[in-house]
Amino acid sequence: MIKLFSLKQQKKDGVDSDKSGSHKKSSAAQLRIQKDINELNLPKTCQVDFPDPDDLLNFKLVISPDEGFYRGGRFIFNFKVGQGYPHDAPKVKCETMVYHPNIDLEGNVCLNILREDWKPVLTVNSIVYGLQYLFLEPNPEDPLNKEAAEVLQNNRRLFEQNVAKSMRGGYIGSVCFDRCLK
Amino acid sequence: MSCDWPGRWCHVQKFIERTGPFAHPDFEPSSESLGFLQETCKLLIIGAGGLGCELLKDLALIGFKNIDIIDMDTIDVSNLNRQFLFRPKDVGRPKADVAADFINTRIPGANVTPHYAKIQDYDESFYRGFHIVVCGLDSIVARRWINGMLVSMLQYEDGELQQESLVPMVDGGTEGFKGNARVILPGMTACVECTLDLYPPQVNFPLCTIAHTPRLPEHCIEYVRILLWPKEHPFGEDVPIDGDEPKHIQWIMDKSLERANEFNISGITYRLTQGVVKRIIPAVASTNAVIAAACSTEVFKLATSCTVPLNNYMNFNDTEGIYTYTFEAERKEDCMACSKIPKSITFSESDKLQDIITYLQESAEYQMKSPGLTTNIKGKNKTLYMPTIKSIEEKTRENLKKTLSELEFVNGQELYVADPTTPMTLTFKLSLGSNME
Repeated sequence: MIKLFSLKQQKKDGVDSDKSGSHKKSSAAQLRIQKDINELNLPKTCQVDFPDPDDLLNFKLVISPDEGFYRGGRFIFNFKVGQGYPHDAPKVKCETMVYHPNIDLEGNVCLNILREDWKPVLTVNSIVYGLQYLFLEPNPEDPLNKEAAEVLQNNRRLFEQNVAKSMRGGYIGSVCFDRCLK
Repeated sequence: MSCDWPGRWCHVQKFIERTGPFAHPDFEPSSESLGFLQETCKLLIIGAGGLGCELLKDLALIGFKNIDIIDMDTIDVSNLNRQFLFRPKDVGRPKADVAADFINTRIPGANVTPHYAKIQDYDESFYRGFHIVVCGLDSIVARRWINGMLVSMLQYEDGELQQESLVPMVDGGTEGFKGNARVILPGMTACVECTLDLYPPQVNFPLCTIAHTPRLPEHCIEYVRILLWPKEHPFGEDVPIDGDEPKHIQWIMDKSLERANEFNISGITYRLTQGVVKRIIPAVASTNAVIAAACSTEVFKLATSCTVPLNNYMNFNDTEGIYTYTFEAERKEDCMACSKIPKSITFSESDKLQDIITYLQESAEYQMKSPGLTTNIKGKNKTLYMPTIKSIEEKTRENLKKTLSELEFVNGQELYVADPTTPMTLTFKLSLGSNME
């Protein structure tokens, strides 16, 4: 156990010997994201891009599925990691307009680990795999885009055609999708 | 001092001028410690809200004269029921200023210095001036920040902690009828980052529930906050929600009501709307009083050594009866903050970044596989090299050939190194020799 009583002498010395200066330090969130990024183990369908390599808290993920409904497409997600990381999950938005049961037309993503099931032990890698899984197995049970979910549930064939059409750039109902084929 | 009257400090003197069965093993009763407590000891209180008002009053009455208090907020009318240093006329003024004025006027001899600022506005040279830091915060980010600051102030010599660089932190927290008080000796006992998992996660509803199957009034409010606001920009493009702006809350409430009616949900009120948007946690004045008293007692114990301090985490709950439980939170071996004792490495100014990386890979001690390095230059994060991410690798490759002086490294430069061989990012402190040798 430390005895702090003699602080009165020690403190004076401490203040005088101002040797280390006042360098800014990296925050715990910063150190943790550095670890996450350095150890990203991306599937070959995924790629990350850092517009500013000095800013590890903001980056983009590009997913190009090589199987499933979305094969051949290219989808960009924007990641914003806050100072609350890893207590708080990163904020992830899909920048590519996509016809998908779990992603709405504003780019909101319904993935459990991004919200209600986030835990500090999870990493950026977990999210990457979660997002990639959404393209392989769209889940009509928990829809964000209800229309797409209903089509998937009732007519897989039509859903497949709609996805292909949307990725080529075209109308599904009244909604116009941008082309996102590679 | 002229403001003292006979017997003013007799209750405090009973603790510090005689010993007792609970005294710290190294405690020596002395008449000098009163002088230390009153004249020398400098305290910093972070937060001048519910806990902060209590802490300031308690500590000033104990006899601590030199107290700084920092808070970035101004007084809101809803604070007045429990933040008792504030009056209706003070609404809109900085909390720290009003709290300091009140105590300086009310308690003879008190010398409280207010700081209407964010903790992030000050650097190490400010925080090093205090003997003990006491927190009454409602934010995890702020707790982690000050924790990181106090940990980074620790100095080591040959891996040995220099105790004079240690500033203890006493942290209080409350939520309704529940609260906790803890004592953190940075570098010695569990820190905020060691026990990060203890904080309850934010309540987040699944997005699909909010979007399509709302069952609670909260779901409707979250629908408007998360999905509708960014779509409709009711107060202009890029205007974020301000939880203290009545127009914003009113708009959210109106839209939430529409949605609630659609799904036959009842219970939307202005209060609930603001509560959900601002994530308000109900505050109970008596809980604040108890927790602040516990924290102030710990500050007194640390400053005088008259009793062994709390070891190290006390939970309090008076929902039904009164319950307290104290346990020793343990340090985390791979804590992101306090386990990272900076390791020293020595290079000369003409060495290149590649030389450092080669050293990290080849030295018997580290044997790293693919180290990624960052540092901080003039307060800005800088990524030096990261081999695993293609886009970063391409943009940082040229740094490998640069000399350390070209990279603007200074003596004492901290390098942060992540590698698959270590459970966390390591900190290295660079001793920069010139090429004299």
